Amino acid sequence: MRIRRTRVAATAVLAAVALTLGACAEDTGSGTDAGSGNGNASGTIKEGLKVTFLPKQVNNPYFDTSDNQGGKPAVEEFKGQYAQTGPSEASPSAQVSYINTLSQQGTDVIIIAANDQDAVCGSLTEAKAAGAKIVTYDSDTKPECRDAFVNQATSEGIAQAQIKLISDAVGSEGGEIAILSATANATNQNAWIELMKTELAKPEYSKLKLVATVYGDDQDEKSFQEAQGLLSKYPNLKGIISPTTVGIAAAARYLSGSSYQGKVQLTGLGTPNQLREYVKDGTVKAFALWNPADLGYLAAYTGAALASGIITGKEGEKFTAGKLGEFTLGANGEVLLGDPFEFTASNIDQFNF
Amino acid sequence: MATDTLVTPARTAKAGPPAWRRLFGSWDAVLILALLVVVLVASATIEGVGSPRFYRFVALEAIPIALIALPMTLVIITGEIDLSVASTVGLTCSVLGQLWYLGVTSLPLLILLSLLLGAVLGAVNGVFITVFGLPSLAVTIGTLALYRGLAYVVLGDRAIADYPPTWTQNAVAPIPGTVIPWFVLVLAALAVVFGVLLYATPIGRSLYAIGNNAEASNFAGISVLRTKFWLFVATGAMAALAGVFWTFRFASARADNATGLELAVVAAVLLGGVSIFGGRGGLVGVIAAVALLGILRNALQLADVPANALTIVTGTLLILSVVGPNLVRMARERLRRRRPATTLERKPS
Repeated sequence: MRIRRTRVAATAVLAAVALTLGACAEDTGSGTDAGSGNGNASGTIKEGLKVTFLPKQVNNPYFDTSDNQGGKPAVEEFKGQYAQTGPSEASPSAQVSYINTLSQQGTDVIIIAANDQDAVCGSLTEAKAAGAKIVTYDSDTKPECRDAFVNQATSEGIAQAQIKLISDAVGSEGGEIAILSATANATNQNAWIELMKTELAKPEYSKLKLVATVYGDDQDEKSFQEAQGLLSKYPNLKGIISPTTVGIAAAARYLSGSSYQGKVQLTGLGTPNQLREYVKDGTVKAFALWNPADLGYLAAYTGAALASGIITGKEGEKFTAGKLGEFTLGANGEVLLGDPFEFTASNIDQFNF
Repeated sequence: MATDTLVTPARTAKAGPPAWRRLFGSWDAVLILALLVVVLVASATIEGVGSPRFYRFVALEAIPIALIALPMTLVIITGEIDLSVASTVGLTCSVLGQLWYLGVTSLPLLILLSLLLGAVLGAVNGVFITVFGLPSLAVTIGTLALYRGLAYVVLGDRAIADYPPTWTQNAVAPIPGTVIPWFVLVLAALAVVFGVLLYATPIGRSLYAIGNNAEASNFAGISVLRTKFWLFVATGAMAALAGVFWTFRFASARADNATGLELAVVAAVLLGGVSIFGGRGGLVGVIAAVALLGILRNALQLADVPANALTIVTGTLLILSVVGPNLVRMARERLRRRRPATTLERKPS
């Protein structure tokens, strides 16, 4: 296996050199240390890396944003070859077929949003043996099947952003707030709600009072009715946090058609396409999610850093991801994108997903 | 008689056409030729095609399709169809995963129970079709939904994936000294069994009679219903075997495993020259078609053809598979009818 890997590395170096020669006119002569292989201390990304994004499915606006608007510019920055491929339906077995294709094509970096954390493992291991570096984004696999995972946000980061957003929207007066969640037993929702309560206990949020947590079960109608119920039950309510895309859209629709519009603040986790009109009519001042383009951008740089030997996937290693700056690998090869991204009236039109 | 002496030399001079015609008159030959052309052209033009690893991946992908295509060929020859096979795979995967989850740790027992389950699911189809006399298309569309639904009842949205690594590694292990998965040997053995059954036993030959005219076959002493019933049982069991392979190959039992696989199977069988109306076709063509579809798909994927275009290619091939054999047959009959005419025209010269 060692022999095969060095041979692949040698091929990659040759390819990189060939490309460097080919691109001489615009190149000032970097890439000379591409041959150092493992332990690239200088931190220069090799040129000519073949970086392929394998989203859960193609023709999906979310992944088109992360791959084509984030991954592609990143790959162009470090002079690699960008591609996006994948099945038209989000099935694990179809994804396996594409992983096999990529490992035959000698792709240097595979960046995958796994449809099943286990089913893609066997083929990813084969691709690794063929010399590819594996980065997961959006949805992770088992840690042993990939080299690094680019995590869009931590639970703490999400909880902190939600509380800060509602506090800013309600204003210094503070007042009563409520949470409109998904289902009562959703693991991630409950984790966020607990962390939001911890956050509310901090002195700077002492004027905010959480009066209720209701569940819209991620159904549009139920969420709509729950939002309605909150306002009739708590006439002094100042704000609603809905950390679920279904809930925030339903609550926004209710508020924008009611007399509470602009008086009761709404924030949460949502996507620009579903909330655009409510941000523009003032129902929602700001909401959070991660920026998928940044996610794709960071994933591309993470893969390139792995393929260039700058990092190996160990905790504490550092690398620079272009305009996003320096990142440090956490436990289990995790790279954290950062705090959730805030969408407001001024930036929402830059996004389409 | 006089004409004969005139014509014979001309015919021997043109000895090529009849042989050529005979070769192309058979859809099997067309498929095998197409397979060769695709392999040669793709190997020469697309990097990676033709390497041992390429065939390993094609084989891994084709095994579940081929396993189900074997009995499906026989079913379609009798003029029936089984669209519930992919859901049978999904339900088998789910039950297998759940049994493991509940503590059944003997691999032979798990495989045996899975095959039994598949046979029972096939028998349910068989009973509706043969005892109640319902059309197989309607029955198996029903069980397609029913079995998939049951799979979700068993597993919900869980995935059972914590099998011993030796099981999952063994499922895709190569034949020693090669990279070709050993499961191909299981498939080959089963192909021989089905081949002997179809080509060399009275039951096999009776399937064509049933497909051409079930009523007449009945009068001729063929037990049409019993034959059909067991064909559906066999299809269920083979789908279950595909499910066992699927579970360990992907190391993941999920209720949505193999969704849509029935279309890949039916496409291969029809492209293989089996008539959707029954009574015509064979296993040679079907096996060639499974290989052709698998190689074509993987080669196009290596050539970076996007997923949408791949779907179009598969769709076009399916249409061709229905139209193609009929065109070949029509062309053949026309040539045969034209031959005496040509002889007559030559008379004056």
